[in-house]
Amino acid sequence: MPTHSYTSRRELEEYRFSPVVALAVPLLFILLQAYIPKIIPRFAILDLPLLAVIFFAVARRNPIYGALTGAAIGLVQDALTGQYIGINGMAKAVIGFIASSIGVQVDVENIVLRILMNFGFSLLQSAMIFAINKVMLGQHETRLLWLHELIRAGLNTAVAVPLFLFLDRFKQRD
Amino acid sequence: MESFFVRFKNPLVLIALLLVQAIALATQVRRPEDPLRPDGQHARLVRLWAVSLVAPFERLSAFSGHGVRGAWSDYIDLRHVRQQNEDLKKQLDQLHLERAAISEDAVEGQRLRGLLDFKQHYIQSTVAAQVIGTSGSDQSRLLILDKGADAHLVPGMPVITPDGAVGKLRDVFPTTSQLLLLSDPTSGAGVLLQSTRIRAILRGTSQGAIIINNLTPDDRIKPGEKVLTSGGDMVFPRGLAVGTIESIKPDPEHQPYTTIVLKPAANLNRLEEVLIVTSTGNRLDPLTEQELAKDAQIHAADVSAERLPSMHEGKPEADPNAPSDAMPPPDNSTQLVPKPKPALHPDRYSTGSAPPATDLTPGAPRPSQQTAPPATPPETEKPQ
Repeated sequence: MPTHSYTSRRELEEYRFSPVVALAVPLLFILLQAYIPKIIPRFAILDLPLLAVIFFAVARRNPIYGALTGAAIGLVQDALTGQYIGINGMAKAVIGFIASSIGVQVDVENIVLRILMNFGFSLLQSAMIFAINKVMLGQHETRLLWLHELIRAGLNTAVAVPLFLFLDRFKQRD
Repeated sequence: MESFFVRFKNPLVLIALLLVQAIALATQVRRPEDPLRPDGQHARLVRLWAVSLVAPFERLSAFSGHGVRGAWSDYIDLRHVRQQNEDLKKQLDQLHLERAAISEDAVEGQRLRGLLDFKQHYIQSTVAAQVIGTSGSDQSRLLILDKGADAHLVPGMPVITPDGAVGKLRDVFPTTSQLLLLSDPTSGAGVLLQSTRIRAILRGTSQGAIIINNLTPDDRIKPGEKVLTSGGDMVFPRGLAVGTIESIKPDPEHQPYTTIVLKPAANLNRLEEVLIVTSTGNRLDPLTEQELAKDAQIHAADVSAERLPSMHEGKPEADPNAPSDAMPPPDNSTQLVPKPKPALHPDRYSTGSAPPATDLTPGAPRPSQQTAPPATPPETEKPQ
C-alpha cells in the first residue's frame, strides 16, 4: 500500500480546477457584476471579481498563480469602467498574491477564517485603490468613505461565505 | 545569482506585474490625446476587447429580460389600461392647448434669434439605444449601449431621455458604445440656472452625485430651481433639463465657493433606453416648424376672435362706470392715446386754439395778433 508523506499545508491541500471552471467562473462573476447593477443599482457595491480572485488564489495556494489571476481579472474589470486601466489590476494582483501566501500557512476552509479574510481583503483593496488614485494618479479630490467601505466589506463577506461553499464543489485535489 | 531568482521568484513576479501596470498607468495619464478619452488610444483597444468579451452575454441577457418584461406588460398585466388611456387622451388634449398657446411665442422667438444671428442648436436627429450593461463599479458611472459605430455614433455625442440630459458617449466600438453619465467623476457640462440665468459648470462625484462647485454664495439661488444645459460646452444643445437644485452649502475645501447638489431630471440609476443626439442644426426640422406655424395660426385666430367686436355681439355691454377689473386694453388700442383735459383759462397756447398749419402763410402776422400796424413803412437802407 503506497504511503504519502506531507511536509507542508501546501502539499497537503493544494487544489486545482478544470480549465472550464477556472475560466468560466471569473468570467461569469465579471458578467454578473456588469449586468446586475442595471437591474439593482445598489448591487454595484459588491465586488464579485474580488471574491473570484480570493477563492482561486487561496485554493491554488500558489502566489504566482494568485497574482496573475488577480491582475487578469482586475484588468478586465478596469477595461469595463471609465477609470484608468491598471488600478484594479494592481490592487487585485497584490490581493491574489497575499491570499495565496496566506493559504499556504493556515486552514482557509475554516469559516471564521474565511470571514476574516474576505472582510480584510475587501478593506485592503479599497485602501489600495484609494492610494493608487490619490498618490499615483494625483486625484486629490478622491476621498475614502470608511463607513461605505466597511459596508462594502461586510456585504462582500456575506456573499463570499455561501459562494465559497458552493464553489468548493468544483475543487479537484492535485 | 540563480538561487536569488529561485528563492525570490514569487515576490519578483509580483513586482514585475505591478511595475508593468504602473508603467501602463503612467502612459495613460501622460498621453491625453483626446479630452474625451483621457487614457489614450492604446487603452481603447483593451477596452474594446473587454467590452467585446462581455457585450454578447449582456445583449442576450438584456434581450431576454426585455422579452419577459414585454410579454408581461403587453399581454398579461393589462389592468387599468383603459382608464390610463382615457387619462392620457385628456392629458394630450391639454398639451395641445398649451402648445398652441406657446407656439406663437416660439415662432416669434425663433424669428428674433434669426434677426440677431443667434445660433441656437436644435436637435435634428437621434438614435434610440438600449442600455445592456454597466461598468459594474460604483466608482465609475458608465453604461454600455447596444449601438455603436455601425449606427454612425461618434464619441462625444450627447445622450438624452425625454426627462433630460443624461451624459455623453465616451468610447464607441463597432456594435456597442460607452455612455458616460453626468454623475461620473470625469463628467461635466455647462449649465444655466433657469430663473436666475446664472451660468455654471456641473460635474459628477465619486459618490455618484451631480454638483456645481464653481459658484460663490448668492441669495438668489434657492433649492428647487431648475437647471438647464447652457449649450456653452458645445456638447449638449441649449435648454435641456438637467435637474433641480437639492441643497446648497458652503464648500469648506474651496472657500468662498459653494457646493450645490442637483437632483437629476432623469433617473440615472434606472436607464433602460436613451436617445443619442446624432445631429443638431440652427433651425427646427420642417415638420416641427409646420406644426408650430399651424398652432400659431390657430392661436392668432383665437386672439382675433376675442378682439373683434362683432364676435361679441351676443354678449352684454360692459358698464363703463363699473370698476375696471377686466384685462388692460391691448397695446394697439386707441384707448391708450392720452387725451388732455380742457384748460380752465384758454389762451393761444391751449390745445385747439392754433389754426391748422395748412392755413398759415410763412411771414404773415398771426390772425389773432392784436398789435397795431405801423403808420409808415419802416425805412430801409438804400444803397447810395
